[in-house]
This record gives sequence, structure tokens and C-alpha cells, in this order.
Amino acid sequence: MAIVNLSGVRKSYGSLSVLKDVSLAVERGTVVALVGRSGSGKSTLLRCINGLERINAGEIVVDGRRVEQNEATLRALRQEIGIVFQSYNLFPHLTVERNVTLALSLVKKMSTAEGHAIAERVLNQVGLGDKIGAYPEQLSGGQQQRVAIARSLAMSPKVMLFDEVTSALDPELKEEVLRVMEGLAREGMTMILVTHEMDFARRVANEVVFMHQGKIHEQGPPSRLFVEPATPEFRQFISSAIN
Amino acid sequence: MGYTFQFGEVFRYWPLLVEGAINTLLFSAIAMAAGLAVGIGGAVCRNSSNRALRAVAGGYVEIVRNTPLLVQLFLFYFGLPATGLRLSATEAAILALIFNTGAYSTEIVRAGIENVHRSQVEAATSLGLSRTQAFLHVVLLQALERVYPALVSQFILMMLASSIVSAVGAEELTAYGNRIQSENFRSMEVYFVCGAVYLGLTYVMRFVLAFLARFLFPRRRALARA
Ligand SMILES: Nc1ncnc2c1ncn2[C@@H]1O[C@H](COP(=O)(O)OP(=O)(O)OP(=O)(O)O)[C@@H](O)[C@H]1O
Ligand SMILES: [Mg+2]
Repeated sequence: MAIVNLSGVRKSYGSLSVLKDVSLAVERGTVVALVGRSGSGKSTLLRCINGLERINAGEIVVDGRRVEQNEATLRALRQEIGIVFQSYNLFPHLTVERNVTLALSLVKKMSTAEGHAIAERVLNQVGLGDKIGAYPEQLSGGQQQRVAIARSLAMSPKVMLFDEVTSALDPELKEEVLRVMEGLAREGMTMILVTHEMDFARRVANEVVFMHQGKIHEQGPPSRLFVEPATPEFRQFISSAIN
Repeated sequence: MGYTFQFGEVFRYWPLLVEGAINTLLFSAIAMAAGLAVGIGGAVCRNSSNRALRAVAGGYVEIVRNTPLLVQLFLFYFGLPATGLRLSATEAAILALIFNTGAYSTEIVRAGIENVHRSQVEAATSLGLSRTQAFLHVVLLQALERVYPALVSQFILMMLASSIVSAVGAEELTAYGNRIQSENFRSMEVYFVCGAVYLGLTYVMRFVLAFLARFLFPRRRALARA
């Protein structure tokens, strides 16, 4: 059974149809890379999965639970799904430690000591154990993004969603974030990531999904897809993405 | 100008001046705390999806900001008894100050809330926080941190404006000044000293509010030290 299952998902903003009948199954422990041109609906798809956007038709099921727009369902669901954004979205008024432990204490009702232990573990995992007392603005972009990953990891999610998490970073800083993500993939985390890093997708993803005009245009393992793209749109996309 | 100041005539009344100063601080502290609470509630209503709430909060702010504090005070003190609710001068004074500060605080807090990006709420609720938790721990704290200087200015203005409540004889500094002056006829010295005491009180308030900020908003202190 797939851990994330989308069937016939449609989403529009007013008269603008952004997702047109998208169906996708993501198996436990796999990494799915969503690629495609700007505006093709990648972010929207990701945001529908954890209920940040309401879908107009179809169904999304995560770990056996249907994504529905009521607060109780969403809260339960979101504890199982981590999401990391392009712009980090750390809480600037809180220390790195409190960024990580806020949901542990408010949602999982953990004690300060339990939260602290988890914060230490996940921050070490992303290589930032020494920044536990810092404030976000004292960190580089790459470090902030790794804190954001740690913040999600602390909740022990079953699925992690990444939306262009390295797009705002300089090349050297991209690497440190991609390494963390690669480590997660190796440990068997189920991941759905929107990315423009084709090398990374090729190396880490089990499945590449090419979105085009709100539809899944082509999908398959990177070994096949990148070598022999079936559609002219994808072929064109790859050649423009590489240059 | 052949006037000779005789401050001794005023300082004889020092226990009254001290009591007045303490009461002024006390009224102001109550009006600040309650006014901020009203302001937070008002700001939430102003941003509510409920049209009626938005209209009520908007009307409240509009009315308070466009009418004199003295008139608001008279309404509480002389007006309310008509509805059967009789307040002492001090009660009416404190209520009027809360009513007044609440409206100004509403606007300040609202500006702070609007400045916190929507993505902060998305990040918080994506971690499983409820909307209320996200508001209290993420939005409101950031908003208050950002508008704290504006709130402090507002609170100091309010403390100075509180001298107006002497008009109904509420027991604060200016009212005591009036009383001393009516006994010793040394208006110049009395109000000179009152002014000096108000000046001192603003420094006390600034100091206390800055001290509070160290605990409420630890980030600033941490970054200043770094
Ligand atoms: N909140 C919104 N309101 C209206 N239109 C929106 C909204 N969010 C996205 N859109 C539109 O939906 C379409 C798909 O947007 P989406 O962000 O999913 O694209 P994307 O594939 O992630 O693009 P990019 O690579 O630039 O991030 C775009 O045309 C965008 O303008
Ligand atoms: Mg996007």
C-alpha cells in the first residue's frame, strides 16, 4: 500500500485550473522528485498533500487517512507529514532549540527535558548541534534551512515534503542541505521533493515525476527518464534545465 | 518678574504628592495591562473573517480616536449613572483610560499582526499546531515584539493624559496638585512640581517597560550581546 495516494486531484484558483486530474502513488521509503517548469503546479501539489490548499475534486490519502479540510483531521495529519519551504519559515523570535521544540511541547505535550533531548538529536543529525542556542538571523541560509529540516524531523514524520529547499541558497550552501536530504533518503524516509537540481534528482530519487501544465506528463525511474525521455516536452525541459 | 518661588509651601504636602504619584502609576499600570488585552482582542476582531466583529472593532477604534478623552471620561462618570451604573470617580477614570488605550492599542497591535507573514502561520500549522496556538506563540509574540516601542510611547502618552481624570476628582497626582494649590495658593510651584513628578514618572515607566521587554522578548537581548 502506498503511503501517499492521490487520485483524480483537481485544484483551481478561481478560473485558473492548476492541477488537472493528478493521480500519484508514493510507496513507503521512496523518494519522488517533482520537476517541471515554473507554474506547472508542483508547489500546489505538495501543499495539497498536507492540506495547506483545499482540493476541488479527487482524493488524497496519507498513511490511510483522508486529507480533509477540518482542523482535527489536519492537525493529526500534519503530525505525520513534515514540510520544508523554500524560504525556511523559521520562527525568528525563537531560538533554534525552541523552533524545534515548540510543536513537541504544544502538540505532543512533551516535557522540556524530552524536547531538549530530541532537539539535540535532530540538530546533530543536520550538523548543527552547536547552534542550539542561536537565533535564526544569526545563521546562514544553509544553516537556517537545515534547522527547518530538523524542526520537521523532530516530529518523527512518516513523509517529508520539500519545496525547492535549496533554490534560495548559494551553491556552496546548497551542498550542505542536499547532503542532509540524501542522508535522510538513505535512512529510508519517504520524501516528495520539488527540485530544480537535476543531478540530485537523478542520484537520489527512485521516481521522477515531470509536471506540465497541471498534469503529470511523464514519470518513471530517473535511470530511464533522463536517458530516454518519452515526450518532447520533457526532453526540452531537461535540456533547458541542464544549461 | 519679581516672583519668588517658594517650593517649601509645596513640599510640606509631600505625602500627598507621593500618594498621587503612586496612584497615577497604579491607574496607568492597570489601564496599560487591561488596555493591551483589549487591544489584542480588538486587533483579532479587526482581522476576523466575521464582518460583524470587524465592524464593531472598527467602530470602537474610530469613535475613541476621534473624540476627546475628557468627553469619554464624562460619559463614564456622569453618563453611566443614567443607565443605573454608578461608578466612583476613580473607577470611572480607570475605565475611561482602559477604553481609550484599548482603541489605540488595537491599531498598534493590528499593524504588528499584519506584518507577520502568512507563511509563519503555515509553518506553525504544518507542524500540527492549532490555529490558536499558532496565533499566540508565533504571530502574536512576533507582532508584540515588533510594535513594542510604539506601545511604550502610547502607554506614556496615556499616563500623561491621565491627568485629565482629575477633572472628576479621581485621586491621582494632578487632582492632589489641585487640592494643594487650593490650600496654599501657590499654583506656579504646585504645577511646576507636578510637572517634574510626571517627568520622573515617565522615566520610571520607561525603565520598567524596558525591563519587562528583556523577559518578554529575549531575542533582542541575545542579539545585542552577540
Ligand atoms: N494562492 C494562489 N492564488 C492564485 N493563483 C495561484 C496561487 N498559488 C499558485 N497559483 C498559480 O498556480 C499556478 C501553479 O503554481 P505553483 O506555485 O504550483 O507552480 P510551481 O510549479 O511550484 O512553480 P515554481 O517552479 O515557479 O515554484 C501558477 O500559475 C500560479 O500563478
Ligand atoms: Mg513552486
